Amino acid sequence: MEKTVNQKAWFLVLPVFLVVAFSAIIPMMTVVNYSMQDTFGNNQFFWNGVGWFKELLDPSTDLGGRFLASLGRNLFFSGVILAIEVPLGIVIALSMPRQGWQVAACLVILALPLLIPWNVVGTIWQIFGRPDIGLLGYVLNSIGIDYNYVSNEFDAWVTVIVMDVWHWTSLVALLCYAGLKSIPDAYYQAAQIDGASRWAVFTAIQLPKMHRVLLIAVLLRFMDSFMIYTEPFVVTGGGPGNSTTFISIELVKIALGQFDLGKAAAMSLVYNLIILIVCWVFYTVMTNAGAARRVKEGAK
Amino acid sequence: MARIDLVDLAHSYSGNSADESSYALKPISMTWRQGGAYALLGPSGCGKTTLLNLISGIITPSRGKILFDGEDVTQLSTQKRNIAQVFQFPVIYDTMTVGQNLAFPLKNRGVPKPDIAVRVKEIAHLLDLTPDLNRKATRLTADAKQKISLGRGLVRSDVAAVLFDEPLTVIDPELKWQLRSKLKALHRELDLTMIYVTHDQTEALTFADTVVVMHDGRVVQSGTPAELFEKPAHTFVGYFIGSPGMNIMPAEVRGREARIDGHVISLKRSYDALPAGAKIEIGVRPEFVDIANPAPDLLAAQIERIDDLGRMRFARVRIGDLKFSARVRESFSSADGKCGLIFDAAHVHVYADSRLVEGTP
Repeated sequence: MEKTVNQKAWFLVLPVFLVVAFSAIIPMMTVVNYSMQDTFGNNQFFWNGVGWFKELLDPSTDLGGRFLASLGRNLFFSGVILAIEVPLGIVIALSMPRQGWQVAACLVILALPLLIPWNVVGTIWQIFGRPDIGLLGYVLNSIGIDYNYVSNEFDAWVTVIVMDVWHWTSLVALLCYAGLKSIPDAYYQAAQIDGASRWAVFTAIQLPKMHRVLLIAVLLRFMDSFMIYTEPFVVTGGGPGNSTTFISIELVKIALGQFDLGKAAAMSLVYNLIILIVCWVFYTVMTNAGAARRVKEGAK
Repeated sequence: MARIDLVDLAHSYSGNSADESSYALKPISMTWRQGGAYALLGPSGCGKTTLLNLISGIITPSRGKILFDGEDVTQLSTQKRNIAQVFQFPVIYDTMTVGQNLAFPLKNRGVPKPDIAVRVKEIAHLLDLTPDLNRKATRLTADAKQKISLGRGLVRSDVAAVLFDEPLTVIDPELKWQLRSKLKALHRELDLTMIYVTHDQTEALTFADTVVVMHDGRVVQSGTPAELFEKPAHTFVGYFIGSPGMNIMPAEVRGREARIDGHVISLKRSYDALPAGAKIEIGVRPEFVDIANPAPDLLAAQIERIDDLGRMRFARVRIGDLKFSARVRESFSSADGKCGLIFDAAHVHVYADSRLVEGTP
């Protein structure tokens, strides 16, 4: 049979192409364009080549120092968040009921924090933690703990971390719960027959079966916590000093505060690149783990 | 290794209700001999898995007792009962190798390492798993995985019984046959009590020396394959076992005679004290009814079709509105499909309300 050559089908791709162009490619190219130039206002731009990028990676310059310090804070924050939220999420998922009306009740309660907009979360905790009128701040101070997130760096960090744990642990817990629910009863029965202890059931059955959802949970929580902006901005505004200034906060300061579009553009490109690389690594690891298994099984 | 006694055991999934008809397992009392190979046979939903899970302790009975060697274990947890169970779908521990999977039940019970190694090697050898011992268990095929499940059931030498819950469902037919004979060999070798749940009569009859037939939450008969075939205690056993199943038809029975459609069939035994008001039926296996050319002293029937099953030919015939199966001898042929039926009196049984009535000789 002879095929009719008809290139009109390409027009069907046009809407997608336009959407992607306007939503991603054009803004991205604008940023790339800015990152190569310097401006002193008045819409006058000067060519700067890779100058900003060099400065960005050199800790002795002002830009490099600020970027690398905030990058360090971001990495530390994401590390702490993952170390707390993943185990806590697993524990919550394990202790959730398996049937009856309690399941629905638990799911609703867990989902509540996820439904609250970011800056509302920030505002809630900003007021909650105030030593004069906030319930948490007031109670802590009245039992003798000197707590003030505005003036104390450690308190500011604790507040930001606890806030994120409160906001996002539910996500990890819900994902793990879904993973746990998909384990057939026969596994638990077999473990009983085999005389497995509670710990052995966890390490031999539950954890391996949750492996995939856990990878997704870690990926989502890493990306989200690495891109954090709104909540710490509302609660601490990046302070005291620069102690809770994350890359995103730094970026807004440079771009909108100082109107240094070139520096900000270079910084956001590198920021974006870091997130892309981490996602790519995760994605490759995940799909490879799956593919390797399929190949082995197919060969048999 | 132990004798297992069930005393008035019953279970209802809807709690302890008084209504016995809602019970998944109606009260039974029976004994499983040490070293026996049993098959629990019945259609889906007849309570066989419930009975198995009660013995292994995965569920606790609504009433009654379970004794292992006379010792009451009804309230003991599965871990504390000495029992092994293999499930319908293979259960393997993903992160472990085949060897670690086999060792798992022993490790959990604190068996010394050298003993574990010896035992694992032995079981792997019996199940032909030796070459795979160091491979990750997730990477194996379904039947290899099920062999691992079987292996974990057999690895403990001191179990009271090994329970199999339709373990060969996921296995290819050819391997099914191999694994079943393997199980039988293992039974002889290890002297274990084995209880094998299945809805496949061939599987039950080839594996077990005692077959326990269940129907609607009740044990309707327990006996050797030959007993089940020759003397079904319940009409259900009659048509569930055998292919084609037993012919069951309503009849009037008086003394040594059964009357169907006005025709008299003589019986080997005398039935004088049949319960009044009961539904009386006679049952006879197709193997014990021969088809002959019509004759005045034979029950007349019309042949609908003849099925050739290889070693035998069976005819589907009609007597009035009744469907009936009978054996067709090589020499028989009929032009118009009319025929007469010759009954083997020794194998015609009488049932009152579906239960076998023992006549007097």
